[in-house]
Amino acid sequence: MSDILLRIEDVIKSFDELEVLKGISLELKRGEKIAIIGPSGSGKSTLLRTINYLEIPTSGHIYLDGELVGEKQVEEKFVRTSEKMLARFRAQIGMVFQGFYLWPHLNAIENVAIGPQKVRGISKEKAFALAEEMLAKVHLDHKIKEYPERLSGGQQQRVAIARALAQEPKLMLFDEPTSALDPELVGEVLKVIHELADEGRSMVLVTHEIGFAREVADVVYFMDEGVIVEYGPPEQVFEKPRQTRTKAFLSQLFSH
Amino acid sequence: MIEFFKLYYEHLPAWWPQIVPAIGNTIGLTAGAYMLAVVLGLILAVGKTSKIGPFRWFCTGYIEVVRGIPSLAILFLLYFGLVPLGIVLDAFTAGFIGLGLSGSAYIAEVFRAGLEAVHKGQREAALAVGMTPFASFRYITLPQAIRVVLPPLLNMLIMLLKDSSICSLISTPELMLRAKDLASEYFLPMHVYLLIGVLYFALAFPLSLLAKMVQKRMSSSRRVTE
Repeated sequence: MSDILLRIEDVIKSFDELEVLKGISLELKRGEKIAIIGPSGSGKSTLLRTINYLEIPTSGHIYLDGELVGEKQVEEKFVRTSEKMLARFRAQIGMVFQGFYLWPHLNAIENVAIGPQKVRGISKEKAFALAEEMLAKVHLDHKIKEYPERLSGGQQQRVAIARALAQEPKLMLFDEPTSALDPELVGEVLKVIHELADEGRSMVLVTHEIGFAREVADVVYFMDEGVIVEYGPPEQVFEKPRQTRTKAFLSQLFSH
Repeated sequence: MIEFFKLYYEHLPAWWPQIVPAIGNTIGLTAGAYMLAVVLGLILAVGKTSKIGPFRWFCTGYIEVVRGIPSLAILFLLYFGLVPLGIVLDAFTAGFIGLGLSGSAYIAEVFRAGLEAVHKGQREAALAVGMTPFASFRYITLPQAIRVVLPPLLNMLIMLLKDSSICSLISTPELMLRAKDLASEYFLPMHVYLLIGVLYFALAFPLSLLAKMVQKRMSSSRRVTE
């Protein structure tokens, strides 16, 4: 088994005329944590969404554990796989959204359990036991019967994290997980993500929380206008950025 | 005034045995047409938002065309118009298919609005956990859409119940046809049609109360959309 869990190979993504990703390549080793930072509109969320093919790259390829995601190779050509195959890949990647997107018609434990039930076909009892375990992991074992509308933003996001964990994913994607939260709720969510990082999980984290990125990430990528401007260990990117664009972004961030 | 009610007292014992089965038929006709309309309407709504071109064009076309045609014309077409092709439908079958077909076009629009009211992030979250597009529709989008469309869907049932009366024009043995027969047989049109009106109301009013109740429950709960 190769050490590389995720490989993004020269991904370009255009929406009509607008090129949002202009050829992105990166690699993530098993157990590694990557933080992607950059100004809004830089394409970082779009990049994250191409990893599990919620956005289909205009060109370029994604490999998870050495296997092509969303495509197969027929002779020399790449062709799209069926939705069923694609779903199988997505099941291996947990994703946490900025807007939580809990399912409002299901309570907390059902939100977490329905994936394992319907995707992996495990029994209801087992799925609920798993869900309970995952909710305990995000410190919400006392809220399992609550509906999303009765939970705070921070609690909702933690349920969403538990939902992703219940997939027993190889890789976790976080798309600005705290950007929609009231400031006083940010801490509880970051704490949970920190604990997951400490377990040695592989993750890609798009964030505005520079301090957190610095604490958790092994590698920080700075993106601007659809390209990776620079990357490296957090100390280097944050303290001795080599590119003027990185410097400008960081100084703007800290001047507030 | 007493004279007026005396006539009911006199005739109701004779009318009632004829009216009761007609009420049953009206309920059966409405229920059958409604089920057809809901199933077709859901398929049409999915079709109208589908990415598959021909399916989308067909469904969009169907909805537009059927909404532009009076239900009565559809009923006549089914009952009389198919005879030259050798297709002879009995009045009940033609009635329920005709009402179902015309109702489906309106119900499709109700469903479409309901499906569109579900935030696209809901579906994306379902896809992200590894559900297929069908599973995400079945378990995530549709249950939420149904909560949104339940009140208008109940209103459609009331409309359909009242519209079922036009099937009397193709001689479906339902309540209105019975009323017409009784009115001409006894020369008491005011009495008969008033009675029939009350009966339609008695069927529709509980549904209308139910629709209001559901609407209230839905709007007091933020569980509907996110």
